[in-house]
Amino acid sequence: MTTMTYEQAMEEFDPVFGIEVHVELNTATKMFCGCANEFGAEPNTQVCPVCLGLPGAMPVTNQKAVESAIRLGLALGCSIRESSRFARKNYFYPDLSKDYQISQYDEPTCYEGSLDVVLDDGTVVTVAIERAHMEEDAGKNTHVGGSGGIQGADYSLVDYNRGGVPLVEIVTKPITGMGDRTAEVARAYVATIRDIVRALGISDGRMEQGSVRADVNLSLRPKAVAGESQDDVPFGKRSETKNVNSLRAIERAVRFEAGRQAALLLAGQPVVQETRHWHEDTSSTTPGRSKEEAEDYRYFPEPDLLPVEPSREWVEELRGTIPEHPAKMRARLREEWGFSDLEMRDAVAADALDLIAATVAVGTTAQAARKWWMGELSRVANDREVALTSLPVSPAAIAELQGLIDAGKINDKLARQALEGVLAGEGSPAEVVESRGLEVVSDDSALEKAVDDALASQPDVLAKIQDGKLQAAGAIVGAVMKATRGQADAGRVREIILQRAGVEG
Amino acid sequence: MSSLDRSDVARLAALARIDMTDADLDRLSGQLAVIVDAVAKVAEVAGEDVPATSHPIPMSNIHREDVVRPSLAQDDALAAAPDAEDGRFRVPQILGEEA
Repeated sequence: MTTMTYEQAMEEFDPVFGIEVHVELNTATKMFCGCANEFGAEPNTQVCPVCLGLPGAMPVTNQKAVESAIRLGLALGCSIRESSRFARKNYFYPDLSKDYQISQYDEPTCYEGSLDVVLDDGTVVTVAIERAHMEEDAGKNTHVGGSGGIQGADYSLVDYNRGGVPLVEIVTKPITGMGDRTAEVARAYVATIRDIVRALGISDGRMEQGSVRADVNLSLRPKAVAGESQDDVPFGKRSETKNVNSLRAIERAVRFEAGRQAALLLAGQPVVQETRHWHEDTSSTTPGRSKEEAEDYRYFPEPDLLPVEPSREWVEELRGTIPEHPAKMRARLREEWGFSDLEMRDAVAADALDLIAATVAVGTTAQAARKWWMGELSRVANDREVALTSLPVSPAAIAELQGLIDAGKINDKLARQALEGVLAGEGSPAEVVESRGLEVVSDDSALEKAVDDALASQPDVLAKIQDGKLQAAGAIVGAVMKATRGQADAGRVREIILQRAGVEG
Repeated sequence: MSSLDRSDVARLAALARIDMTDADLDRLSGQLAVIVDAVAKVAEVAGEDVPATSHPIPMSNIHREDVVRPSLAQDDALAAAPDAEDGRFRVPQILGEEA
């Protein structure tokens, strides 16, 4: 297959794209039954007559899922419909036990929103949201035999634990006018959705586990000729690339599809309107179902469920729980904390913002909090191959540790040892300092003796200091630190040396 | 008023994965057309001011608390399955016709 580069494609054509994001909600139970919504259980152990689609079983809406969907809609600036209903989307696929998926069609709960997306260089792009609707997830297929993929498998095995897990699907309106920034905007949009669902606390937002999944629609149209408005040029045929499950992959899928479609169009061949599969290993897409056949879902109102009619009071109450837009919050924190762009970006990438904020909230300076979380603790998390947020140490403990340094009880080196103890479960920083005997030696007579011993073994140092070579004191400080196994207050040791030499520090 | 013709029925049958003979299609397209026409009559009296009915009972907001209830045991869940393997439902090759 011939493709062009993304850049070449953008030279020749005007891209139009849209994104559907599926967010898996972190409710305790499924959308329409009381089975646990939990990842990783033995297959088919979180299923019941409702989510297996057994005859006669009746679904009942999960109130918490409705609440989460409305909060997400509000965070996306959507209107909340006074009366919305569920619909059956009919299609045949074995991961769907009922042969229909309960979704929303003509009356989605949340509609007509807009979301500001901030690009890396600070450019703000406003994405128009068409709708955010509730639906249920499907089960998980494992294809057996053949190549292991869906094509050429001998048979499939189905686990319905995920079937019926609540989802919110967010659909954008067609996004135009982004030109060669299309791939970047697509990525930033999904990243923003992920940040928002995390900030709302309605999903863990883990793309690698599929709790945020994106389908990317893309088409190309000719560039407007002189005197013509680009808006008047009709859209081209689009492809829909399914299940693009990382931010990097979203950018790559847009780039690949743009190049593929551009090559077809320039060769005078049509772009087929179809679903395509994303392949992470080759960063490319291959055709799936053709849209014309597959899209006849014969939607009709779900007769087993009643309309959702949230009271205006409830909606306003929920509106009060919507957190600050993640990009605005970052800008505010960067300002408050006085971080550089790079420091902020690193902290965001390490998922350390909440940890730093919580540490600052209990009285530590932002730079000290950053130093711990982005330094020693990031190193430990990296060594242990766990997320920073999963380390067994609280922001309060880090604040306590820094407090011990500020009070002169321990120095940086001892603090690292104390932290080691905290991470090993030996107790709070103060307790570890106590039990491991890590406190700095601040008893002057002990320090003076150590200084005198060191001076005696290096008799030329005093003369050098008196000559004005103050840096010579370093050798004595080093010797004293060694003698006290690091537990001396280096600043105080230096003062004592200078006193002995009779010079002012 | 548009009725349902034979090709519509053939298409619906294909979408619903129901094999139909030519005789089935002839017979059913006639029968279904009667039903569709009868339903269409309703549209004649339902004006713009009559909202569509999605449910015959005037109730809304029947929700459930987000509290976990026991699920079926794996053996029970699979008991009625035509075939199972490794605790999962075993189903025939998918999308074979499109591979």
